[in-house]
Amino acid sequence: MSMTQHAEPAVTTPPAPGPKETDGRTAQRSTALRLLARPEVGVFLGALAVLLFFLITAPPMRDAGSMANILYQSSTIGIMALPVALLMIGGEFDLSSGVAVIASALTAAMITYQLSMNVWVGVLLALAMSLAVGFLNGWLLVRTGLPSFLITLGTFLILQGINLAVTKLVTGNVATDDISDMDGFSQAKAVFASSFDVGGVEVKITVVWWLVFAALATWVLLRTRYGNWIFAVGGNKDSARAVGVPVTFTKISLFMLVGFGAWFVGMHQLFAFNTVQSGEGVGQELIYIAAAVIGGCLLTGGAGSAIGPVFGAFMFGMVQQGIVYAGWNPDWFKAFLGVMLLGATLINLWVSRAATRR
Amino acid sequence: MSRMSLPRSRRIVPAVAVAAAAALVLAGCSSSSGGKKAEESAAGVSAGKADTPRLTIALVTHAPSGDTFWDTIRKGAEAAAAKDNIKLIYSNDETASDQAALVQNAIDQKVDGIAVTLAKPDALEDVVAKAEKAGIPVVGLNAGLDVWKEQGLLSFFGQDESISGEALGKKIDGTGVKHALCVIQAQGAVNLEQRCAGVKKAFGGKTDILYVNGTDMPSVKSTITAKLKQDSSIDEVVTLGAPIALTAVQAVDETGSKAKIATFDLNKDLVKAIEAGTIEFAVDQQPYLQGYLAVDSLWLYKNNGNFSGGGEQPVLTGPAFVDKSNVKAVAGFAAKGTR
Repeated sequence: MSMTQHAEPAVTTPPAPGPKETDGRTAQRSTALRLLARPEVGVFLGALAVLLFFLITAPPMRDAGSMANILYQSSTIGIMALPVALLMIGGEFDLSSGVAVIASALTAAMITYQLSMNVWVGVLLALAMSLAVGFLNGWLLVRTGLPSFLITLGTFLILQGINLAVTKLVTGNVATDDISDMDGFSQAKAVFASSFDVGGVEVKITVVWWLVFAALATWVLLRTRYGNWIFAVGGNKDSARAVGVPVTFTKISLFMLVGFGAWFVGMHQLFAFNTVQSGEGVGQELIYIAAAVIGGCLLTGGAGSAIGPVFGAFMFGMVQQGIVYAGWNPDWFKAFLGVMLLGATLINLWVSRAATRR
Repeated sequence: MSRMSLPRSRRIVPAVAVAAAAALVLAGCSSSSGGKKAEESAAGVSAGKADTPRLTIALVTHAPSGDTFWDTIRKGAEAAAAKDNIKLIYSNDETASDQAALVQNAIDQKVDGIAVTLAKPDALEDVVAKAEKAGIPVVGLNAGLDVWKEQGLLSFFGQDESISGEALGKKIDGTGVKHALCVIQAQGAVNLEQRCAGVKKAFGGKTDILYVNGTDMPSVKSTITAKLKQDSSIDEVVTLGAPIALTAVQAVDETGSKAKIATFDLNKDLVKAIEAGTIEFAVDQQPYLQGYLAVDSLWLYKNNGNFSGGGEQPVLTGPAFVDKSNVKAVAGFAAKGTR
């Protein structure tokens, strides 16, 4: 997508979306309108609308435990949606992110089990593997100049095949062996898949990690040089390079960040469910991308935020579970999901249009 | 394009650090429990080898790749092939038209026999007729109980999905359960819908259906959790696959629901759960037997003209129940991934 030419002038500094910006255009509008124009505010209002809707139509949603469940589902999407969003702001897609999660979990499980190692050995080697896959994606991209859509479609298929073939080769089965009785498992579970009590409600640790990562990503995007580079390479790669932005480094590291996210979610799945089936994960990449887009990241790159995808993932998790809480006819489930998402996205669009209109 | 913007050494340092850390950990940290070392050496089912002429048999299924259930069918077929001096060609595709293309592929290879699953029988009708016209014997397995005879197949090995659903429904009916939840992991799959319909038919209480996304376990767990919370009267969760059942255990646990869990199909972790009592029972359709018998019957037909089931009746491999009373007998086989 980054390969298409952009009409807008070269971005040498990031658009620096932030209330601090005070150039002549925005100063003419009220603070409220300026706030509404930000992409993450639109999705926030969309999410709020969905939340209110379900609070009214689905009584079980009013329970705090239900919210914890929705947040859990949202966090497993959201942790991956963050690096996927950063990559998208940087102008690229990663279609291999869904199966990369499973690839990482399989690696950790098989290394641990087959070599009878402490699970942390598997966890670390899985991290190395995930970062290597991300590096490969990025390196192929900058080397060949092909669209990331094609390159990651390739790695998506390769990983899908490897997941199955290697698992079968190593374990003789298509799922990994249960590692829950091995050394270090409980420690790793505490890090990746534990839960804690907040006023009688069980909250999953992934929710905390999700918010921590989101805060970190926001800081990087808005307050660091690296954040500027991300916006710059997504806006216009060639102009970015012309003004000295390290395009190659930025793109490769963004893919490696997706690798890191895949590792983290993969470890969560492994330590939450003890085993992994090698065929899982297919199709998840689109959900991550959807969360980022709903969250206001441009499909063409160069614009977006880290907080938007948080609400995007939250909205996705809420719709998915809200339909169940509401007890609607399950035959319609997918159709409901689609309608709710489109509706929420339209609210998002309408709000930002209304806010920017003069 | 190829120029890196950071000095090479700065990128290599973290990689070296990770590698060094990994090497250290590898050197020092073997697990003292579990793992491969703890696994018993698993000798496969083996019964010598026939001295009949070498045959080539194709097994074409509608299996999704990387699914434990279908892997067991394949293992059964491979065991029979090894014993019968058969070269087995396994192929699978979930899409009906692509599965038909795979059957055509087997015909083109002039195989000596074809074993096929008829999950979407209409899509496969033409290509099955083509194989029969080419003089290739065809047997059915797993799916297609209603149509195998009219499509001219020699034999059929499997279970009736509706009847197995009814068997499960009857079994939970007598246990004081009032409200069952049937969890379907792939919306629109005919055999899965038939199972839940069977449960609904035979079970006296109320049966609800819940669709989950079977390729994403966290979402399966959240969705079952949500449903249990939405309707606290649910006191039985019925799942249609072993990994889904194991995830349902966690969901039931976390919601504090009193629901019991019953499931279709087995794997080795599920056997452990039945031993531990977290899962009540499983309806086993013996996938290993389906794969094994399908291949073995083609061998018998080729070498001795036999028809399994007499050409009239299907050979039923299920439903067999595995619960706490008989799980011990199954456990050893399940650990090898053959039951």
